[in-house]
Amino acid sequence: MVVWTKQERACIQDIFSKLNYEDTGPKALQRTLIVYPWTQRYFTSFGNLYNAEAIMSNQKVAAHGTIILHGLDRAMKNMDDIKSTYAQLSMLHSEKLHVDPDNFRLLADCLTIVIAATMGTSFTADAQAAWQKFLAVVVSALCRQYH
Amino acid sequence: MSLSAKDKLAVKTFFGKVAPKVEDIGREALARTLFVYPQTKTYFSHWADLSPSSPQVKKHGLTVLNGVLSAVELIDDLKGGLLTLSELHAFMLRVDPANFKIINHNLLVVFAMMFPDDFTPEVHVSVDKFLAQVSLALAEKYR
Repeated sequence: MVVWTKQERACIQDIFSKLNYEDTGPKALQRTLIVYPWTQRYFTSFGNLYNAEAIMSNQKVAAHGTIILHGLDRAMKNMDDIKSTYAQLSMLHSEKLHVDPDNFRLLADCLTIVIAATMGTSFTADAQAAWQKFLAVVVSALCRQYH
Repeated sequence: MSLSAKDKLAVKTFFGKVAPKVEDIGREALARTLFVYPQTKTYFSHWADLSPSSPQVKKHGLTVLNGVLSAVELIDDLKGGLLTLSELHAFMLRVDPANFKIINHNLLVVFAMMFPDDFTPEVHVSVDKFLAQVSLALAEKYR
C-alpha cells in the first residue's frame, strides 16, 4: 500500500495546479516521440511523424498528449487508490494497445523534464522526489494487469 | 546508438552554455541524485554532510560535471579518451554502472530547469545519446 505524507500530497497537487494540461501533455508526448523514436510504433495512425518539426505540429499527437495528462489528473484525484482507478486503463494498454510497459517509464521521464522546464527553480528536489514517486506508482498501476 | 555529426554539434553548442554555470549545475544534479535516489548515498558514507548545501556535494558536483565537459572535448573517441576515468570507476570507486543512468537523468532535469528554451527535444535527444555513450565509456574497464 502506498503511503503519502502530507508534504508529498501538497507537492503533487501544487505541481498539477501549475500545469496547463493542453500545453504540458502535448509537450511530454512530443518529447517522448522525438527522444525515444521507437515509441512511434504505437502511433502509426497519427500520420506524419518523420521528423521533430512534423511531430511538434501534429494535431493528433497534441490531442493525445492532452488525454494522457487528464488521465494523470485522475490518478492525482484518487491518490490513495491509483491501482483500482487505473485497472481498466491497464487492461486497455496491455490487451488492446499492446504497449511495452517500459514505454511508461520513458514518457514519465520526458514529462518530468517538461515540468522541470516549466517550473524552473520552483521544481525543488523535494518536488522532484514526490513527483517521481507519484509517477512510479502510476506506472506500477498501469503495469498491474499485464500477464 | 552512436553520435551523428548533428548530435556532436548539438552537444558542443549546448555544453558551451552549460560551462559558465558548471558549479551550480553540477551541485544541483548531484544533490538531486542523493536526495531523490537515496540508495546513491551509499557511495558517500565517508562524507559528514550529504545535504544539498554541503561543501562536499558542491565540490564533487563540480568534479563530476567537469568530467562530463571534458568528455565533450573527447567526443570523437570517448572510449579512448575516458580510459583512465574508466579505470578509476572500475577498480577504485566500483560504482555500479546502473547509477550512471541516475546521474544522467538528474543532469537532464537540471538542464531543463536552467535552459528551458535551449533544451529543446532535439537537443535533449543528442545530449541523452551523448551521456549514454559517456556512461558506456566509463563502464568499459569494469569486466
